[in-house]
Amino acid sequence: MILDLEQFLKSGRPLWTELESMVERMEENPRWRPTLPEATRLHYLYERTAADLGRLTTFACEPSTSRYLESLVARAHGEIHDRRNATDRFRPVREFFQNFPRAVRRHRRCLAGSLAATVAGVLFGVASLLLDPDSRYATMAYGHDAQTPSQRVQQEESRSGMGVAGAQAQFAGYLMTHNMRVSLTTMALGMTGGVGTVVSLFYNGVILGSIAADYVADGQAAFLAGWILPHGTVEIPAIVIAGQAGLLLGAALIGRGSREPLRHRLSAVRTDLLTLVTGVAGLLIWAGLVEGFFSQYHEPVLPYSLKITFGLLELVVLSLFLIRGGAGTDGPDANPIPPP
Amino acid sequence: MLEFPSSTLRLRTPEGIAFDLPLAGPMSRLLAWAVDALLIGVLCSLVGSLLALLGWVVRDLAAAVTLIAFFLIQFGYGILLEWRWRGQTLGKRLVRLRVVDATGHKLQFSQVVLRNLLRAVDILPGSYLVGGIACCLSPRAQRLGDFAANTVVVRIPKHTQPDLTQLFAGRYNSLRSRPHLCARLRQEVTPAEAAVALQALLRREQLDPAARTALFSELAERFRSRVPFPEDLTAGLSEEQYVRNVAEVITAGGKIQEP
Repeated sequence: MILDLEQFLKSGRPLWTELESMVERMEENPRWRPTLPEATRLHYLYERTAADLGRLTTFACEPSTSRYLESLVARAHGEIHDRRNATDRFRPVREFFQNFPRAVRRHRRCLAGSLAATVAGVLFGVASLLLDPDSRYATMAYGHDAQTPSQRVQQEESRSGMGVAGAQAQFAGYLMTHNMRVSLTTMALGMTGGVGTVVSLFYNGVILGSIAADYVADGQAAFLAGWILPHGTVEIPAIVIAGQAGLLLGAALIGRGSREPLRHRLSAVRTDLLTLVTGVAGLLIWAGLVEGFFSQYHEPVLPYSLKITFGLLELVVLSLFLIRGGAGTDGPDANPIPPP
Repeated sequence: MLEFPSSTLRLRTPEGIAFDLPLAGPMSRLLAWAVDALLIGVLCSLVGSLLALLGWVVRDLAAAVTLIAFFLIQFGYGILLEWRWRGQTLGKRLVRLRVVDATGHKLQFSQVVLRNLLRAVDILPGSYLVGGIACCLSPRAQRLGDFAANTVVVRIPKHTQPDLTQLFAGRYNSLRSRPHLCARLRQEVTPAEAAVALQALLRREQLDPAARTALFSELAERFRSRVPFPEDLTAGLSEEQYVRNVAEVITAGGKIQEP
């Protein structure tokens, strides 16, 4: 049987045109909500057009009309089967203060994995510097291998804060964007099944460990603590949480112990990834401000005890925030996807 | 020649209707990306110039805002435009591409953000090498960001309602004077054959004269062998007119037309 194409087009065209105009209206204004009669009409037009497409495909081979109807049905399908809801609106403040700590807790095994990779890197950095002092040229970054810690301390204390005087905001801006790039790359490397994330975390740990060991071995532990703690107590956890996001992505990709299809696993973690990245961004903004405007001032301008106390206080507040924040606003924390 | 695996994404609606979305190939995506990269560069330089003016007043703050603005433009451009323009950036608009959910649903914000943030790994080690290779190897032409966000980039060719009625409008069709033969013809001819005839008629002006004659001769011969009409009805008809009359009988219903 071959479709009476002329009759088919004559009867279908007004309905297709009506559906097309409704779809265009929805596409142009995503916030438009149809009234009940409009929604009923839209549904009827969609079903009718879908049925027309089915008839055309079965009983006639007319490619141009088929393509037109396919495109129309696809657009209407996307509009009608909308999976968004009110909670899909992105609210950064709510994301940070409520959802972020919960997401961190929900995937605590990934957090533990990320922390373990960082600590392993720190231990490797410490060991490499103590066992082979020349390794400092390979393990240290940001110019720390160019002078000894004592020389650096002397230089910093003699010009306390003057090194970035008049450029604190620029320095803070640089730190925020640089650390954000590092964090995003660490998270994105989760697409390697988490291997790239672990390598990135380990490398960061090596740099941190070797610098710390260098300063402690040179008797500059107080300077180191006063310099690192004010921003590091927020910045380092932020990078670790970015690693957590990377491992979460890697875990979803590998899907060990899960019978869910890959698409569902990735979809299940997508919102939490966004939440974790939002939280990391918030933490890094704070860390950048502290490092730019506070950490670079040393004795005699600022006593190390004050800086260390400030850093420890931040650590306590951050820990409490991550442990207790957002509690009671949702059901129990769960960990649906094990780490790789 | 390098063959890209991308072609179409077949979706099936809950009503059981299947339709295809044409997937964008790596080259068209590269072109869209080049436009976007150029635009990001222009935006950065504009913002940089404006903030340089601010630098005359507060130099440190201007430098900080410039750094942050560059970062936000670089990462926010794709997120903002793809969210506001329903899966399109300016480059994608120009090349007529769109990011869509791989199941045909509306894009969610988390999908837009994730596919854009994962550019950090797609761009490695430079010039989108990882993303490009992934795109070429993926059966749905997805880079890693698309894969994680479950999105695909599709082409959006302009489809308008075809006007087929003009093909047959107002023309006398001698074959219609034999309704029983017309009914047999509609029974014998397959939809695929009818489609070939219809497409040949729609595209006849684009054909080379020799090819046009040969094609319509072959089609006419085929239809004649299926259902022979009396010679007095077909006398004086060219092969092309004969095919047009047959196509009209097949696709335009069972109207009876008196001579």
